[in-house]
This record gives sequence, C-alpha cells and structure tokens, in this order.
Amino acid sequence: MTRVVATLRIARGRSGEPRRYDVFEVPFVHGQSVLDGLIWIREHRDPSLAFRYACINANVCKECVMRIDGANAYACTERLKVGETTVEPLEGKALIRDLVCNTITPRERLDARRPSECP
Amino acid sequence: MHLETDVLVVGAGGAGMYAALAAAAEGARVLLLDKNMVGRGGATVMAQMTVAAALGEQEPDRWEDHLADTVRAGRELCDEGLAEVVCRGAPERIREMDAWGVGWAREGGHIRQVVAPGHGRARCCYVDFLDTGPAVAGTLRKRVSRASGVRLLSNLQVVDLVVADGAVRGALALSVGDGALVEIAAPSVVIATGGLTKLYARTSASNNMSGEGYALALRAGAELVDMEFVQFFPIGHLAPRLVGMDPIMWDPFRYKLGGRLLNGAREEFIDRYGGEDRGRYTATRDLATYAICQEVERGRGSPSGGAWLSFEHVPEADLRAAFGPVVDRLLANGIDLTRQAVEVAPIAHYHMGGIRVDRRMRSAVEGLLAAGEAVGGASGANRLSGNAVSEALVFGEIAGREAARHALGASRGWDGAVARRAREALAPPTTSADGASAVALLRELRDLLWRDVGPFRTAEGLARALARIREMRVRDLHDVSVPDDRAFALELAEWHELRAALEVAEAVTVAALARRESRGAHQRYDFPEPLPEFRFNQAVRMCAGAIAADRASEVGA
Repeated sequence: MTRVVATLRIARGRSGEPRRYDVFEVPFVHGQSVLDGLIWIREHRDPSLAFRYACINANVCKECVMRIDGANAYACTERLKVGETTVEPLEGKALIRDLVCNTITPRERLDARRPSECP
Repeated sequence: MHLETDVLVVGAGGAGMYAALAAAAEGARVLLLDKNMVGRGGATVMAQMTVAAALGEQEPDRWEDHLADTVRAGRELCDEGLAEVVCRGAPERIREMDAWGVGWAREGGHIRQVVAPGHGRARCCYVDFLDTGPAVAGTLRKRVSRASGVRLLSNLQVVDLVVADGAVRGALALSVGDGALVEIAAPSVVIATGGLTKLYARTSASNNMSGEGYALALRAGAELVDMEFVQFFPIGHLAPRLVGMDPIMWDPFRYKLGGRLLNGAREEFIDRYGGEDRGRYTATRDLATYAICQEVERGRGSPSGGAWLSFEHVPEADLRAAFGPVVDRLLANGIDLTRQAVEVAPIAHYHMGGIRVDRRMRSAVEGLLAAGEAVGGASGANRLSGNAVSEALVFGEIAGREAARHALGASRGWDGAVARRAREALAPPTTSADGASAVALLRELRDLLWRDVGPFRTAEGLARALARIREMRVRDLHDVSVPDDRAFALELAEWHELRAALEVAEAVTVAALARRESRGAHQRYDFPEPLPEFRFNQAVRMCAGAIAADRASEVGA
C-alpha cells in the first residue's frame, strides 16, 4: 500500500534573513487541517518550526492566520490536500520567525520603550 | 526587565479578565497576562454550551435548588462552601453580563433558560448560535481593555512564583516574543490559568492549558485538592473529521433537539447503565462516559470507537430553526445531519481538581489566590453542566476584590535576593542536543495519560504511568535540547510548559492511584464501586520536589 502524503512547502527564517523554503511530507488523513500538518511536523520532524495557535481547529483564537497558497487563511480551517501546499507568513506584518509575525496588538506588547510601571 | 504592580492576574480567560476588572474597581493597579493573547485563549472562549444560574426567568428557581443539584452531581465530595459561593453568586454575575450586552438568548421578553443534564429546573442560559463562550470572552475583553488601572500583556508566560517567608512577592515570566525573563513584583497574585485538558490526547478545550497554574501553586507551597477527578465529556465529536468547530458542540444540539445516542448496532444503550435516553438528554456526564466506554469495550462501539449520535429523525426545518448557520458549517464539513449520524466519544473537558482555597479564594500561601477552573473543590467528583462559566465569573470577581484588598494593605515587598535565587534555580537546559524535544515529550505524555490515567483506570496502568512520568520529570526534561533562539522562544516556552505538565500529571496520577474506588469522574476497573471509606477529599502537596497525595483536612478545620 502506498503511503498518501501531503507536501507542505514552508517559508522559514527570521526577520532580516533571506527567506528559505523547507519541504515536509506529512501523512495525509482525509479531513485534516493544515494546522494538523504543521503540528505533526513539530512533533515528528522539526520542533524548531514556529507558528502560532492556542485553540485547535475550533477557529476561536484566530492566532493561526497565515498565507496558504498565496491567500490569507486560518491554518485550522484550511484542509490538507494531496500534493503541494505553500505556507508563508502574513504580508504587511513584521516577521518574527518562520510563520510568526508580530500580530499582538501594540498596547498588549511588552516593550522596553514603555514605562515599566502599570497605569 | 522588572515590572511592578499591585495585583498580578495570570491567565486572561473569563476568570482572569473578571478578576482584573474587580481588582481595578477596588483601586488596585493590575497586570493581566496571557501566554497567548488576552481574551482569546483558555477555556471560556471555547464554551459553546450553557451557563447555569438560578435566575428564575424561565420558571421559578432558587439558588438553594441549584446548590442541591450541584452537590448531588459532586458525588458526596463537593466543598459545599465553595459550591454555595458559585450558586448564590451566579445570578448577579449573569445579569451583569446581560447589562454589559453579552446577548443571552431570549424568548417572550425574558432570558431563555433550558434544562441541562443534572439540573432539576430550566436554569441554563446561552448565546445563539453556539456563541456562549466567544460572547462572554468578547464582552469581558472589551471591558477590560477600557478599564483604567489594568495593563494587558499578551505572550507573557509565568514560569515561577517568587515566594519568601510564606508570602508571594511576584513572579518570573518568559516573554515569548523575545525570549527574555521578566521579573514582576506583586504582593497579590491570582492564578486564573484554567485546567489541564491539554494533558490528554483527546481534548475539547483550548490547547493552551497544560495545568501550569496548578504547578505554580504546588511549587509555591499551596495545596491542590481533588486532582484525580478529570471530567470527560461523553459526547465529544469523533468522526467524520470536523474543522472550525468545537468538538463539544453536540451538547447544545442535544438540549435543543434531543437526538438519539446509539451503539454500533444502532440500539439505545444508556438504559443498560441506569440512565435513560429515548431522545431526551438527561444522563449525567460520568454515567454517559461510562456507558459509551463499556459499549466500546464489549465490541458494540461505532466504527471509530465511540457511539452514534443521530438527529436523522429531526425535520430539517427544526434543525435550521435551532442552529441556523451552524447547519451550513456542518454541510461544509460534509455532514448532513438529516441523512447521517455522527460518531461521538468521551473527551477530556474540565478539571474538577485544583488549587485549594477558602471562600475568599485565598490559598494557603499569603497573597496567592485562584479563580475559575484553577480552583479545586466546588464540583467534587463530577461537575454539573453549566457551572464552569458561572464559577469563572463568580470566583473571578471575589478573587480580584480580595487580591486588591490584600495588595493595598500589604507590608512586604519584592525580595530581590529571593528572586535572584529563583532565577538561578530555573536554569533550563540550552543546547545539550541529544534529548527529545519538549513537544515530542508532551505528545508522549498526552498519549500516556489518555491510555493509563483516562476515563478508566487500573492500579497497573496508573503505576506504569507514574513510573514513566517520574522518569520524564527527573531525567528526560533535563535532556531536552532548547536552542538559544530569542526570536519567538517557542521551544523554551514549551520546555516550561512540559515542566509544569509533568508535575501536574504526577499529581493527578498519585491521587488516582490512592483512590481505590470508583466515584464520579474517577473510574477504576479494579475497584468498580464507590466505597464509604473513601468519602473524603485528597490533597496533593510538593515537598522538596516530591509530590504526594494525602487525605485532606476537613474544610474549615
């Protein structure tokens, strides 16, 4: 029996570095999401792959927004497919690493330029 | 970096946001942290179900009756003082949320309340459609963002409390965005980190709750209580695969439309275990979980290892009237409820156990309080449907108010020497390189707990789990390779998460091993009945790094 796989081509690298693409094959299970595939990669292939999520596949935390095949989408609701899927960080947001951008609203960021005292 | 505040609230779900509002209302400066994003993570935002409060809108009701139902569901182990606090306090909080515009579903000019399993009255309100949790979390997030005196910080993960002379002085937190360790001086700390459902392979809650708050309290010298009682929600979605929806969504479907729970042979089966189905939703969570697992065990499960839940007999017009857009979201997932049943199975949902507190939410450590699911005791061995959001709001309000009063009167401040020792003691590994990753070990732990410390337990399985958990805690945790990466320090955050998860897993397992009976959510194949001699609560403590369970002293003693 041939193993059915989904191929994820993922943009990697930190802010200021040239972007590279890593390609991973993940087991294809009908109905699974791109987020399932990304989590599988971290657990089984490369724990250094960075992306955001808090809930899982419920689409309530909205943290896993990224570019999937060139369009902004939530990784938790976008289905895995047989064949290649390109996954990249959002455009227009400051990149931190891999698929993680600075999507935290500015007033909720810890920033050394702000006074350390509470209001 | 060093921050200072009066009240530090750890975790920004329903309980934490409420605690922050209440503390600020007392005039305290508040720092509200979340390891993910404020108001977006935790359990509240995932709650698609109901909220229980004796409002008497649908039919006459009294908080005393709500309390009687809560205590009955708790299988003789509720801390009745805490349960009373929840039931007495819930109506005021629910009406306040109404005034704040949460949008409780209404009919005929009043808040609509439905009967959820275990309630003797129509007592449970909700927000359509499947929007209770997001609406509660969104309402609180809006208010807390505008509250003066509250500073919100996302992506800040508390990794240790700083305690000196039996009093909390603040915390150490990892700034996930840049990998920095931040000191936070605070004479009052409220733990509002929710439960531990991520420790189980199958979970219904947000995937960011690994029991960290329990571990923080345990290390600080506080007691945990009832840690063996993990609630498994009986009809979590199993198959076909759904995305974009909470696996717990079938609960509202059942209380609105009934539905039929069937085994692999499409027979009703709850009545074989002392419950009743007949298209009505009345069996309590522990009984339904037991019944489904027994059917699967006896070879009468559905194809994926659960039970069928069928709404095929419900007319499409009724489905649409009850759930509108949700019916289309299901169709987009390839599920047509008028033509097919879905498969459901138990799923880790809530933790009855938690930090032991008094009626003012104070732990045994001065200045350390808890709120919401982080609190143990109110639900005993089994939580009644609908009490989780109620306790988040009620406990949050009390904890915030008490924390502010304590902080504003506190005489003992930050202790730099103690904080320095705490920082040095942390010393996570950096690049030892040959060990498994934290995320791989977490995966192993979740599979292990699901198999051996899950809905059904035996002495053999629990002992096997305990041996492996201890090995991971003393050895594997310290062999994890964590790169020194300052840009989004996910792996360092996970190392801290794993450290807490292992301590909490051990707390659950030692308590489960010691309870040689079956009661509520704790079911043992080797001791299948409840035993009168086990009618007591167990406390878990950490002493010189060792975690042990023991009979708890009587409440109030």
